[in-house]
Amino acid sequence: MRPLEESELEQVLAKLFTFVGKNIETVLQRSDAPHSLRLHKKRVYYVRDDVLKRATSVGRDELVALGTCLGKFTHSDKFRLTIGALDLLAAHAKHKMWVKPTSEMGFMYGNHLLKSGLGRISENVAANAGVVIYSMADVPIGFAVASKSTQDCRKLDPSAIVAYHLADVGEYLRAEDSFVQGKKD
Amino acid sequence: MPPRAIKTTRSASNDGSSKSPRSPAITPRTARANRVKSREARKAPPPPKEESESEGEGESESESESESERGSESESEEDVEGGSDDEGSESESEEEEAQAVKARRTGGFTDENAKWLKPSSKKRAEEESDDDDSENGTEDDSDDSEQSEDDEDRSEDDDEFAGLDGNDSEDDGDMEQDDSEDDSEDDSESSSEDELLPIERKALKEDARRVKEKEDARAEQLETNIQDDDTYHLPDEDDDDSVPDLSAIQMRIQEIVRVLKDFKNRRETGKSRNDYVERLVADLATYYGYNSFLIRYFLDTFSVEETMELLEANEQQRPVTIRTNTLKVRRRELAESLINRGVNLDPVGKWSKVGLIVYDSRVPIGATPEYMAGQYILQSASSFLPCMALAPQEGERVLDMAAAPGGKTTYLAALMRNTGMIFANEYQKKRLTSLVANLQRLGCTNAIVCNYDGRALPKVIGHVDRVLLDAPCSGTGVIAKDSSVKTGKSAEDIAKCAHLQKELLVAAIDCCDANSKTGGYVVYSTCSIAVEENEAVVDYILRKRDVKIVSSGLEFGRKGFTSYRGKNFHPSVEHARRFYPHVHNMDGFFVCKLKKLSNRTVPTSNDTFDEKRAALESGYFGGAHDGDARVDDANADVASEKDQAIEAKKRKRVPGYVKAALAEVGAGSAKKTKTAVSSRSLPPDKKNAKKDKKSKGKK
Repeated sequence: MRPLEESELEQVLAKLFTFVGKNIETVLQRSDAPHSLRLHKKRVYYVRDDVLKRATSVGRDELVALGTCLGKFTHSDKFRLTIGALDLLAAHAKHKMWVKPTSEMGFMYGNHLLKSGLGRISENVAANAGVVIYSMADVPIGFAVASKSTQDCRKLDPSAIVAYHLADVGEYLRAEDSFVQGKKD
Repeated sequence: MPPRAIKTTRSASNDGSSKSPRSPAITPRTARANRVKSREARKAPPPPKEESESEGEGESESESESESERGSESESEEDVEGGSDDEGSESESEEEEAQAVKARRTGGFTDENAKWLKPSSKKRAEEESDDDDSENGTEDDSDDSEQSEDDEDRSEDDDEFAGLDGNDSEDDGDMEQDDSEDDSEDDSESSSEDELLPIERKALKEDARRVKEKEDARAEQLETNIQDDDTYHLPDEDDDDSVPDLSAIQMRIQEIVRVLKDFKNRRETGKSRNDYVERLVADLATYYGYNSFLIRYFLDTFSVEETMELLEANEQQRPVTIRTNTLKVRRRELAESLINRGVNLDPVGKWSKVGLIVYDSRVPIGATPEYMAGQYILQSASSFLPCMALAPQEGERVLDMAAAPGGKTTYLAALMRNTGMIFANEYQKKRLTSLVANLQRLGCTNAIVCNYDGRALPKVIGHVDRVLLDAPCSGTGVIAKDSSVKTGKSAEDIAKCAHLQKELLVAAIDCCDANSKTGGYVVYSTCSIAVEENEAVVDYILRKRDVKIVSSGLEFGRKGFTSYRGKNFHPSVEHARRFYPHVHNMDGFFVCKLKKLSNRTVPTSNDTFDEKRAALESGYFGGAHDGDARVDDANADVASEKDQAIEAKKRKRVPGYVKAALAEVGAGSAKKTKTAVSSRSLPPDKKNAKKDKKSKGKK
């Protein structure tokens, strides 16, 4: 477990920025309790500082996870957000999409979001911006990258993709093994 | 006729037992059984069906002896009966004569036993037996076959009788029918024997009578050994790998349970309770598919009826329960959205504000969008309890020593509203994924997941405010969930679990900070109903660390056992709570809340000392010393070389409170304690302790 290096931090913040925009400041400097980013076994954790302090007593090999896991660095050292970041992103999200109940499950099985499944979309979503996906009951179910801006989405035909899938809560079921460093990592 | 005679004596004895308490002396039944036995012993092997001819000659003196014996015994039977009932059987001349002779010899008896109490006529018959046998051999044979038929009928009746026990009137009717049949047969015989001399006829009758007597004796034997028939033949069939007849076994189980409920009155004479219990154990093991150890364990722990309820409950699945994740959603909202998906549910009960019972569902309850979004978790109702008992406060540091798959950990996080921090430890690597996934899914952000052996935690973590130890156990409470427990567990497994649990609980208490302003509590729970894994462990820790048992704040559940099969536990163990499948409709569970009094490693505070001394006098201290050695050994394994030396020193030193207690109590009671220790059955894990010691010595 160690603090992130400059280059790593840059990557992480860049990813976060696409989702939360200027809210990133409140993410990094929370008024209620200070939080920090830590890297452990190629995963980035967002941890409250007092928890972090106690976690230092745990050995490196024995420490499995702590706080919120935001994402992980791939073998090629690119940063990728994982589903653990959803709560944080949803709390500060700038761009949102709501999914109709009929295509909720489709998205939660890892498919891209089609125009036909799009229930609502927040204003001013730019193309390639990160969006948090909600069900119509306002429950966050994943996040994605918008393929088109809000205006363009309105003109799309029903079978076109409006958001490219990044992560969804279905991973808790179908990819449970990916939450702990395994043989792949 | 003989059958009637049996009938009446039996019913008479039954009446006698019901009207007045039986005298401890020989009852008519036992007397008869003894008599039958003695007769059998004299003329072993028991007669085959074609015994007639040689038998007739062979039994001469001994037979008459037994006759006289019987005469005297019949008196005693008469006494019980009070000579009240008059059967009014056919009074033939010989019979009267016989009766007269009999009366002269032994005193008065009614004519209902006349048929089988005729020593004088018999003697006369024996003089002529040679002729008769040669003449009437064939008839004898036919008689025999008839008799055997009769016998079968009778045994059937007996079976019925055993089954119904108390429908005397019905049985009587059957018997009377039998009798009338017998009579008619006799008549036809006599009509065919017109040419014979009267004396020959007598002899013939005498022969028939004798044969009948034998059958009678056999029938009696059948009657007395009816349990035997059921008891000791069937296991042989089982051994032959034939498919066991489940319905028959079920019937027998019910029958034995019925007998055991009122053993004094319903028992079969000559059968000990143990015989019944052994049979019951074997039957239950076959019927429910357990190993006999577990059945025996249940029978030792519960009454017979409760054991049956437990076994039945173990066949049923417990209702599916879910826990609302209050970090994300309120229970009412969750219930609404699930009902909209076609889930039929109800609150789990007054005792929980977050639990819901799911009756049925149109969608898989473990794969709804709400589930994946972390609004609830599938969690058995019983595993709510230790978290509620621990009652963590906001901002505290909490340790969950065996956390996977995270149901309890996330509940703790929800109770703390994600403040403070939780150490979620899990020893098994493969279970870490589910733990981490659940923590993330339910949005628990204050947790540190680590992968230690629980016994090593005190050195890693230092002091925390509260500790939850849901110890790994034999799983005897969750048989409905995991039926491999039925056959997979033995006494050694339970002993092993208990040993590990003691080590873990010591570690848990060492992790806890007694000086914590808000906490200082440890909750110990298992999903086992074995006393060795529960009360015994808690009792052990009371002797090992400065802790006391406090009320867990759970408003239901049974009290913990304060004594079990000769072992006495600390009286405060009753504050612990037990939960059973058949009582509370949740998994078998044990919860005990402990308050740590000081951070010292031996209990020295005065009030506990007094309690201990009292307990010492009552022999409750037994086995403390080897227990101490055991866990010290275990800890030493984990510790470094230096620590080992210190531990060894500690082990040699007898704890101060023991010394003091022994001194005060005095030599006399100390002896008593010793004897108590030696007389107590050794704990099953003592072997392990010895082994540990040995291996220690090698090191």
